[in-house]
Amino acid sequence: MTNARTVPGEAAAEGAQSAPLVSLRGVTKRFPNVIANDAVDLDLFPGEVHALLGENGAGKSTLMKILYGFYSADAGTIRMDGHEIRIESPLDARRNRIGMVFQTFTLVPAMSVAENIALYLPELPFLTSDRAISRQISDLGDRYRLRVAPHLPVRDLSVGDQQKVELLKLLVGKTRVLIFDEATRVLAPHEIEGLFEIFARLKADGYAVVLITHKMNEVLACADRITVMRRGRVAGTVPRASATQASLVELMFGAVAPTSAPLPSAPAAADGPPLLELRGVRTAPSAAGTPLVGVTLSIRPGEIIGVAGVSGNGQRELVDVIQGLVPCAEGTRVLHGVDATSWGPGRIRADGVGFVPEEPLAMAVVPWMTLHQNTVIGNASRYARHGGVSLDWGQVRQDVATSFEELGFESLPPYVPVRKFSGGQLQRAVLARELGRHPKLLIASYPTRGLDVRTAESARRVLAQLRARGGGVLLVSEDLDELCNLSDRLVVLRGGAIVGEFRPQDVDRHAIGHLMTGSGAEA
Amino acid sequence: MSFSDVMTRISRSRWASEVARYALVLTIALLAYAVVLLLAGKDPLRALTDTASYTFGTWLGFSEVIVRMIPLLLTAIAVALPSRLGLINVGGEGQLYMGAWLATYAAITFTSLPPGLFIPLLVLFGFVGGGVWASVAGYFRARGLVNETITTLLMNYIAPLIVGFFVYGAWRSREMGASAFPQSIAFPDAARLPRFLGTRIHLGFVLAVVLLIAFWFVFEKTKWGLEMRAIGGNADAARRLGINLGLYIVIVMFIAGGIAGLAGMAEVSALHGRLRAGFSPGFGFTGFLISWLAGGSAGGMFAMSFVLAVVLSAGSLLQITQGVPYAATNVLMALILFIVLMRPKLLGRLS
Repeated sequence: MTNARTVPGEAAAEGAQSAPLVSLRGVTKRFPNVIANDAVDLDLFPGEVHALLGENGAGKSTLMKILYGFYSADAGTIRMDGHEIRIESPLDARRNRIGMVFQTFTLVPAMSVAENIALYLPELPFLTSDRAISRQISDLGDRYRLRVAPHLPVRDLSVGDQQKVELLKLLVGKTRVLIFDEATRVLAPHEIEGLFEIFARLKADGYAVVLITHKMNEVLACADRITVMRRGRVAGTVPRASATQASLVELMFGAVAPTSAPLPSAPAAADGPPLLELRGVRTAPSAAGTPLVGVTLSIRPGEIIGVAGVSGNGQRELVDVIQGLVPCAEGTRVLHGVDATSWGPGRIRADGVGFVPEEPLAMAVVPWMTLHQNTVIGNASRYARHGGVSLDWGQVRQDVATSFEELGFESLPPYVPVRKFSGGQLQRAVLARELGRHPKLLIASYPTRGLDVRTAESARRVLAQLRARGGGVLLVSEDLDELCNLSDRLVVLRGGAIVGEFRPQDVDRHAIGHLMTGSGAEA
Repeated sequence: MSFSDVMTRISRSRWASEVARYALVLTIALLAYAVVLLLAGKDPLRALTDTASYTFGTWLGFSEVIVRMIPLLLTAIAVALPSRLGLINVGGEGQLYMGAWLATYAAITFTSLPPGLFIPLLVLFGFVGGGVWASVAGYFRARGLVNETITTLLMNYIAPLIVGFFVYGAWRSREMGASAFPQSIAFPDAARLPRFLGTRIHLGFVLAVVLLIAFWFVFEKTKWGLEMRAIGGNADAARRLGINLGLYIVIVMFIAGGIAGLAGMAEVSALHGRLRAGFSPGFGFTGFLISWLAGGSAGGMFAMSFVLAVVLSAGSLLQITQGVPYAATNVLMALILFIVLMRPKLLGRLS
């Protein structure tokens, strides 16, 4: 290890209890109709991993975006090394050596790793020296196990490696405070463990690491101190040693923690043809995405098929092929025994196939329409009167109410454009609409992504209920716990092909993870 | 009551704020236009009084404004309808020409029909002429081949040439006097749209108003309106919800083109009685402007097509009374457009 750069806060690395590197006091941020942060105090010490835990909308991202200069706080102070600082833009934050790794990366795909990192440097010299940067990259890579070939174009890197580049960018830029926004979302299990090892090394060198997350097990696995936020306030800060899953849940939700009653179990396998069969389906290559290569899959009544895989390995194509949005270039699609290869999305939907996507705002609803209007466009023939000249809004109202009641959801305001809904409300609205049609087959694509714990829990319950009624579910997810708990069978998708199929109880998570990424021992 | 009080009051009522918005746009445009006239050495005040006394002062003048309004309103609907699906139809002008062209074919071919059959036939042919022309663009868009903005725009240059080809050639009038101009033979009397109240206001006005109401009704009340708005609001979601985008796109382009085609049919049948080369002074383009100014709302299109009909009438009038070139109306229309484009800053408080 050369000493080309100084390691920040080396002196402070001894004890995390010395003096805070950053302290926020009374930080308040109001948005129209909501207080995102209400007098929040937070201390970040050098040499610690600090987890910010909370439901979606609890204010943790907002708080970190204030620290990174995306938002400016309405009130409150930020101190660094004891001196008050003003952060009014990300540039200010970077000057104070605060950096953030975002959920969606900010890399230029066509440029090499070294070029991407050079772009970020505050004092980019007139003539850039690739070699100097490459050397820094490999030095840092050795020290923190962030090995990435500097000359490779970023578009050729896996998601995990891209995240490493994001982190390298901050380290080369001499950042001391590293904020990770939902950093584990895109990673396979062994990659997550790798990230936590990197955290440990960073910590040893005196960096302050902040991990924003709503996943309890990750917090317990990597954090030194945990701050739980609830409705814009700090519900409590606890050291890892004294934190338990139960105590954190209580802090997150207050007294009323969501109950994890056992999910309805699978009924005995029903007779009759499968609800869906794909036989050797191939899709045409497209500019973006991974085409399917010879996918064979069947879903029987009363069965949940889980699809595991790293995002972008053909999940979108699989879901689109089943819905009829993408034609089968080869192979056949059969819906309960009837060849449906040539059917379009309208016919497939009319045949009892429902869809719950990961981004309802973009994929399932018209944002400026109301709940009721959005219910109609998913099922217009049911509500059309006089051949479509008018619509039966009374029926719509009744159906929405029935569906929400059946699923045990609180009702939502009917006359508000759905884009005003929170992520959880929106997903409940979509679930209620799709389940209200009593589908035989439900395609659920990352149905719990970004949802708060309670909504995610009820979404899972809805899927299990559908199974108990004899419906079939295709569940695409990146959450292995969710997949293993819910699925009757699990398939692993990699590079557009199914590379493994098993019953979840027969296999351990690491084997699945390696199968997902194509690394190490195959299961 | 201070100015800001007035503004807050106006902004509270949706109707008042709409009216205030249009009025403000118009006032600013007229002020800017007055400056242009002053620079050209004309008297803006007299131009205004001349315009007002002609268009609102006499029944004849007013009726002529309504006559001008008809093609503007129809072509505006032809733009507003596809815009609800997120489609940009710039081809109103070409569709108008093709409607007139096919209607002329009917008028000079089935010469012996009685009026009771002839008028519906003309409406049908005018509609189909514009509709087929526009659905070509719709088809290419639905197949994901070419953007409809490009095709409709470029097809505007073809349609007048087709009309020219026929009026200079096969359909050209051989009558004494009339043959000096590139125009078709005269329509039979039974192929002339009826006019009302001793003015040149013709059946096209009824068609336009009925279509405008139908336009409003379809989008506000029906299943198809909701589905089309869903396509405009989120095409990906609409596709996933099983709405047949391609079919809607082709059909909507057909209907929109058909409505523009009716404008062309009405012009040649009711006013000229012949097909003439270059008979439209850019009605289709003005219709696009109107639809845009009105934000595609039915009431707004009615109001804006009236206003622009006044502007166009004033153009002809001022040419005679003050020697202002007709092209000066383009200056005024451009000013209106620019002011509307600046709206976010200018009228921020109202919206």
